[in-house]
Amino acid sequence: MAPIPATLYRGREGMWSWVAHRITGVAVFFFLFVHVLDTALVRVSPEDYNAVIESYKTPIVNFLEVGLTGAVLYHALNGIRLILVDFWSKGPKYHRVMLWVISVIWIVIMIPGFYFMTKHTFEQMFGGN
Amino acid sequence: MRKSKTAVVNTQSPATDSDLSIPQSFTVTVSVRRFNPDVDQETYLQDFEVEMYATDRVLDALHKIKWEQDGSLSFRRSCGHGICGSDAMRINGLNRLACKTLMKDLDVTKPIIIEAIKGLPLEKDLIVDMEPFFAAYREVLPFLMPSGAEPERERIQSQEDRARFDDSTKCILCAACTTSCPVFWTDNQYFGPQAIVGAHRFIFDSRDSGAASRLEVLNSKEGVWRCRTTFNCTDACPRGIQITQAIAEVKQALIRGKI
Ligand code: HEM
Ligand code: SF4
Ligand code: FES
Repeated sequence: MAPIPATLYRGREGMWSWVAHRITGVAVFFFLFVHVLDTALVRVSPEDYNAVIESYKTPIVNFLEVGLTGAVLYHALNGIRLILVDFWSKGPKYHRVMLWVISVIWIVIMIPGFYFMTKHTFEQMFGGN
Repeated sequence: MRKSKTAVVNTQSPATDSDLSIPQSFTVTVSVRRFNPDVDQETYLQDFEVEMYATDRVLDALHKIKWEQDGSLSFRRSCGHGICGSDAMRINGLNRLACKTLMKDLDVTKPIIIEAIKGLPLEKDLIVDMEPFFAAYREVLPFLMPSGAEPERERIQSQEDRARFDDSTKCILCAACTTSCPVFWTDNQYFGPQAIVGAHRFIFDSRDSGAASRLEVLNSKEGVWRCRTTFNCTDACPRGIQITQAIAEVKQALIRGKI
């Protein structure tokens, strides 16, 4: 077969929201995979478990946690949107509107979410007490 | 590389006032992804300069290139008026019919990038092998399967019943939808949006009795459940068919077990 031209398809909201849905889905899957492993460790060796959990208490991991929260939140909200696209008779018509609605909900949750989740880290890094 | 054989002559309008009644031509760069299976290992973009008017179509630009600059440029077209479905191609990264895309709707200050549709075997330049696409369509039994004795006159249908599947009758088999689908790009076995639209046309036709067979085909592994609702098909359809909606209706019919 002749080579298929490899230029990116430009797509629109529907395609990019799906790309993000798949990326967040796979990312959350890998997080859960690691999380099952580290949690299972408690039954093998509680000391090692504590050491691993201790190693998570760094600013970088904290920001990763925010990223994970954002990913799960997007995946869940968009998942509801996709369910409505498939099962609500007007879903396909309003799919773009629904994407804007979930984007707003995402921002509204993530701003305070970011604040409370990283408060501790910022205090540690810059608070100086 | 840039081939420029056409001299660019702007309309000889006097520079006095911007007379709106005289259309102004302009030069536009058309960047075509070329491929000649006899000599090329890879596709490559080739630039052409063509003189166009705002009301010209991308198809006119391709004609000008083929007729005046490079006769080897290969593409399919027939009607030139959006009805035969021959000239679906990727124009600036989106599937469009060349005969329905006007210069005035594109950014002509940048090169217009024209490529073959994705996911079907590339034969030459903008021509792909459409056979797998038509084969998928044939699989959904796209013909009326009436029940009962043949009536002496036409098969009567209420306006309401006719409206039920009106949208999916508009398909011109251009493949813009199927080749815009990310699922189809990676899984050529997927029936693709067009075949589902083609099936929808008959599944929801009150005169037809073959819905069960078509639904069975579309319930298979490569059927409707492959759809990830990216809406690329709906955005690409030159006939404005609400394809994702049609696919959702087929999914519903399968889940509910009734039409
Ligand atoms: C929070 C609740 C969740 C909801 C409401 C949800 C919803 C959905 C829906 C509706 C789909 C189908 C998407 C489609 O048809 O294209 C989907 C796909 C997917 N989900 Fe979730 N999901 C959730 C949680 C998760 C979790 C925890 C994981 C990871 C373990 C995950 C991983 C995936 C993956 C990998 C896909 C496939 C994406 C694709 O096919 O493009 N989801 N999710
Ligand atoms: S549904 Fe639309 S995009 Fe798809 S083949 Fe038919 S006319 Fe072309
Ligand atoms: S040439 Fe017939 S649809 Fe464009």
